[in-house]
Amino acid sequence: MQIYLPIAEVSVNAFLLLGLGGLVGILSGMFGVGGGFLMTPLLFFIGIPPAVAVATEANQIVASSFSGVLAHFKRKTVDLRMGLVLLVGGLFGAALGVQLFNALKAIGQVDLLVKLSYVIFLSIIGSLMFVESMRAILKTRGGAAVPTRRKHTWIHNLPFKMKFRTSGLYISVIPPLIVGVFVGILAAIMGVGGGFIMVPAMIYLLGMPTKVVVGTSLFQIIFVTAFTTLMHATTNYTVDMGLAVLLLVGGVIGAQIGARIGVKLKAEQLRILLAIMVLAVCAKLGLDLLLEPAELYELGAGGH
Amino acid sequence: MLRRTLALLTLLALPTQVSAGEEVIAGLSQNRVAITATFVGSEILIFGAVKRESPPPGTGDLNVVVVVEGPSHPVTVRRKEKRYGIWINTDAVKVDQAPSFYAIATSAPFEQAISETEDLRHHISIPRSVRLVGEAGTAPDIESFSQAVIRIRSASGLYKLEEGAVEVQQDTLFNTSVTLPSNLTEGEYTARIFLTRQGAIVSEFETQIEVQKVGLERWIFNLAHERPLVYGILSLVIAIAAGWTASAAFRLLLRS
Repeated sequence: MQIYLPIAEVSVNAFLLLGLGGLVGILSGMFGVGGGFLMTPLLFFIGIPPAVAVATEANQIVASSFSGVLAHFKRKTVDLRMGLVLLVGGLFGAALGVQLFNALKAIGQVDLLVKLSYVIFLSIIGSLMFVESMRAILKTRGGAAVPTRRKHTWIHNLPFKMKFRTSGLYISVIPPLIVGVFVGILAAIMGVGGGFIMVPAMIYLLGMPTKVVVGTSLFQIIFVTAFTTLMHATTNYTVDMGLAVLLLVGGVIGAQIGARIGVKLKAEQLRILLAIMVLAVCAKLGLDLLLEPAELYELGAGGH
Repeated sequence: MLRRTLALLTLLALPTQVSAGEEVIAGLSQNRVAITATFVGSEILIFGAVKRESPPPGTGDLNVVVVVEGPSHPVTVRRKEKRYGIWINTDAVKVDQAPSFYAIATSAPFEQAISETEDLRHHISIPRSVRLVGEAGTAPDIESFSQAVIRIRSASGLYKLEEGAVEVQQDTLFNTSVTLPSNLTEGEYTARIFLTRQGAIVSEFETQIEVQKVGLERWIFNLAHERPLVYGILSLVIAIAAGWTASAAFRLLLRS
C-alpha cells in the first residue's frame, strides 16, 4: 500500500515503513539501544530527504523513549538532578546544532554534514563494539577478569561542585554540561537520542552507578529530542507526522519482540551482530561519499 | 465565447495560413487532481475534435500536439565534485524557470509535428521550457545545469516526450492520455493542445488542471507551514500517544 507523506512529499510503501520500524525496533529491543542511529540512515536509503529523516526521527525517539522513562520513574532509577544538568547542556547543544544544520542547509551542504557525521560515528561505535565483544567472547573462554574502576580522576578537581544524591556523587557540573551539549548537537544534526554516547560517558567519565544511567539518559533524551523536533518543525518544516507514526507503531511492537528474543540469546554474540550491522550501514554511507555518483547533479528547492 | 476569441486571435495572428478555418476543441477527463494519503498517480484522458466550417484542405498532414505543464518554481541545481577524497556539492546554479511536470504527447515524431519556429515561439519542447533567465550561478558551463534538470526529472518520470501517443481518427477526432506520477507538486497545471498542419500551428486550445493536496494531507501540510509550533507540539503528542497505544495493545495481545 503506497502512502503519500505530506511533508516529505514522497510516496512510500506503508508496509515498508512499518517493517523498517519493526526491524529497528527488534534490534533496539534486543540490544537495549535507541535505534535512531540505524533508522535515520535506513530512511536515507529508501529515499526520504535527509533533512526530513533527521527531524522526524527526533520526533519518533521522544515517543519511543516515553514509556521507558515512565518505567524508570516507577523504579526510582532516574537521577533528576543529574538529568536536569545534562538537559540544560542538551538544550543548548540542540539549539546550536539546529543553527549549524540550517546554516549548512542554506549553502546546500546539509546532506554532507549528516552523512559525514554518520560515517564518523558509526565507524567509531561499530569498531569499538566489534573489538569489545570479540574480546568478551575470548575472555569468557579463558576465564573472566573483573575490570577495576579508577576512583579519583582530574574530573573530580573541577570547580562548581554539586551533590547528586541519587547517584551518590559530589562532582563538578562542568563535565555533565559538556556531555549534554555534545549529545544535544548530535540529536539536532543526526536525529539520534545520543544514548550510545551518553551512557558510556556517564559510567566511565562521571562515575555514575549503572542502575540510574539508563533512566537518567532517557529522561534527558526525551526533552532534548522534543526540543529538537520543535526547532526543526518551526525553522525547517521537516517533521513528518505520518512518517513518525508509521515508524513508531512498527518500532514499539518490534521492541517488545526484540526484548523477548534478547533474553534468549548470548549477549556477546548479539553485540557482534549489531557491530557488524552498524559497520555495514557505515560502509554503505561511506561508499556513497567516496565513489563517483551516477548523477553528479542534484536538484534543491527554491533559490537563495 | 473565449474559445471563439482565441480562434479569432489565432486567425489574425496567422493571416497567411492556407488551412485557416480549422479549430481544435478539446476536453479533459478531469480538471481536478486530488492528492490524498493514498495517491499513486493519476491518468488524465484528453480528447477532442477538429471543428471545420469547410471541407479540410488537402495540404499536408494534420497533427496534434498535447502539452501538460506543471507550475514552475526556481530550482537550485548543485553539482558534486571530488574534494578531499569525497564527493561534495560545489557549484550551484539557480534555474529560474523549470516546470515541476512536463509531458508532451504528439501524433507524429516531434520534428514532423511541429516546426522549429513554432517551438521557439510557443516554448513547446522540453529544452525550450526549462530556461535560465537571470544570471545566478557560480559555474562557467551553465548550460549543463539546465540539462541536468531535464535529465533528472525525465528519469523520475516528471518530464516526458511521447511521440505518437496521440491517436487521430479521420483527421477529425483525437485522444491521448497523460499519466501524472505520484510525486506531483501541487498547483495549477495547464494543458495546451496544438493543431498543426505541415508543422505550423493552426489552432490552439488551453485549459487548466487543478492539482491539490486534499483532506488530511492538505490539513497537515498547512498546519506545518502556517502554525509550525502547534504542528510540532501536535506531532509530539500524537507520536507519544501512538507509541503508548501500540505498546499497550501489544501487551494486551500477548496476555490474551
